[in-house]
Amino acid sequence: MIGAVSWYESSARERLRLLLDPLSFREFVGPEQREVSPHLNVFNLPQQFDDGMIVGRGRLDGAAVFVAAQEGRFMGGSLGEVHGAKLTGLLRAARDVRTTPVVILFDTGGVRLQEANAGELAIAEVMRALLEARTAGAPVIGLIGGRAGCYGGGGLIAGCCSALAVSEQGRISVSGPEVIETNRGVEEFDSKDRALVWRTMGGKHRRLLGGADSFVADTPESFRAAACRLMHLAPRFDAEMLRAEQRRLAERLRRFGGCSDAFDIWTMEGVANAFDVPNLCTDDFITLADSVREPRYDAR
Amino acid sequence: METLSYRLTAARPAAGSKPLAIIGVVASGNLEVLVERVGAPTECQIEVRTVAEGFGAVWAAVIGDFVMRRSAGGLKLSINDGGARPDTVALRLAQAVRLIEDDER
Amino acid sequence: MTLDEILASLFPDGSDISIDEGVLLGSGALRSGRMDIVGVADGTPLGVDEAIRISAHILRTVERDARQPILVLIDSGSQRMSKRDELVGLSEFLAHLAKCLIFADLHGHHTVGLLYGHSAAGALIATALSTRTLVALPGAAPEVMDLASMAKVTLLSLEVLTEKAQGTPVFAPGLKNLAKTGAVLATWDETVSLADQLHVLLSATPNRADERDRLGRERGGRPKASELAERVYNLALRPE
Repeated sequence: MIGAVSWYESSARERLRLLLDPLSFREFVGPEQREVSPHLNVFNLPQQFDDGMIVGRGRLDGAAVFVAAQEGRFMGGSLGEVHGAKLTGLLRAARDVRTTPVVILFDTGGVRLQEANAGELAIAEVMRALLEARTAGAPVIGLIGGRAGCYGGGGLIAGCCSALAVSEQGRISVSGPEVIETNRGVEEFDSKDRALVWRTMGGKHRRLLGGADSFVADTPESFRAAACRLMHLAPRFDAEMLRAEQRRLAERLRRFGGCSDAFDIWTMEGVANAFDVPNLCTDDFITLADSVREPRYDAR
Repeated sequence: METLSYRLTAARPAAGSKPLAIIGVVASGNLEVLVERVGAPTECQIEVRTVAEGFGAVWAAVIGDFVMRRSAGGLKLSINDGGARPDTVALRLAQAVRLIEDDER
Repeated sequence: MTLDEILASLFPDGSDISIDEGVLLGSGALRSGRMDIVGVADGTPLGVDEAIRISAHILRTVERDARQPILVLIDSGSQRMSKRDELVGLSEFLAHLAKCLIFADLHGHHTVGLLYGHSAAGALIATALSTRTLVALPGAAPEVMDLASMAKVTLLSLEVLTEKAQGTPVFAPGLKNLAKTGAVLATWDETVSLADQLHVLLSATPNRADERDRLGRERGGRPKASELAERVYNLALRPE
């Protein structure tokens, strides 16, 4: 009964088990290898045997995929040296294998501050390897719906993916709500206003804005269906795509750069009752989103 | 950070054939347990790495109780602990053994 | 060195630059041919308005298809921290900029980053760390996050963080720390012609592979990354 399980509540390992074909998952450098972070000791912080990043291979409807899953409850899913290196190695392999898609299960607050320089550099290396994999013909699909969201450098990695599926619980942003408030004041952004956070960064807004390609229910089944579908719609990473993305983003900025809130953006996009959007159930929201903004798969 | 080590006699060996299993997450009030088939079938080894120092007696009690009630022979359980309560520890130990015995998952 | 001095030393045969609200665009004369130039100046934060202009310029360079190298001059803030930027999808704008830089590099335009001032967090990733070759001038001050902010987030005192930073290059701000982790290839000599140093860089056979993790291991800043990436890579390449 995998439809009854919440993706949001599940661990990274559970998500992989439920996403992939039964018993198809093979982990690379698993926890029994005990490749822990060499840097957390300095801060008296506990280690996790997989450093919060699980990489391996599996099957989706019989087709081979590489997978990477972040554990959002360990150090906020943040990228440290080991976590980042595992993801980089996987993407470099995808580049050289060429024919195996990659699915990344995002759940991250961004760089792990205790290893800030290593984490920051890992993000850059991941982005380069990801784009090389896409250049070689391997689609890279991002799934976003975990507790930590997809923040900071994680948001930048997500922006390099061929396509993204996001649930209502998912959030995508560079700066987190608290960071904006600390730097610019509560009038600029009240990080305690959950509705505001979700309107600005959450899955429904990202889908309506065109920041994600697929909106899904909070279930492994929905994410699985989206991953399978998006894999075949992935655009090539070429000049034509980048020009299309340039036009897409420039046009978005022109239209919405003067808006002060998501409600204004949604209204401008033709949503009749913008204030209702947060309350819509998944199916009703998907119907609305598809009528307002048909997903396009050629400009990411 | 404190490291604790236990080597206890187990009444019966764990069932199943999986070489390893893992359960839990390292976070405040939580722990991960990596369980591997290692050592003599009459022995259970447990290694603990915990942020909460000075609770050796509590660990000994929870672990002793667990090994007595559960057939955990031939297993090594390695724990990274983020300061979990004893009942959470007991739960994870039981989950870990159940997982390594379950050949279906 | 001021920006003008840097440009004069890089391009003694002349350069043609405009700086408009912190965004630097133009080109400079090399010994043979021209080098395209983009950048962020005056410590300006990198937001959607800045990123979209820089990516547009890079795509025009790519369209000309003359395999021109691209210089990325960096003295930026962090990413722009505002409701508006996140509302319209800053992550996509910054990722798009990084994609344009990396695409250009993969298609014959050697991208060289020159960090001469500040840069932080998302801006650092989307500019300096998205070039193939990153060099710096001695006064550069890159960081992921300043220590005071890090102290607030990690709930450690500034004193404790500063003390821990003595023992490891892995988290604290600064050019030396970022160089140790493998991010910066070299720090240039300001007392010598920058054009000469640039020429050496551009003349060398470009290394196809991303060697920053290997560099980080050699320099002692990242002891595990290179080896772990390679192990995962090798396991993934094995047939099922």
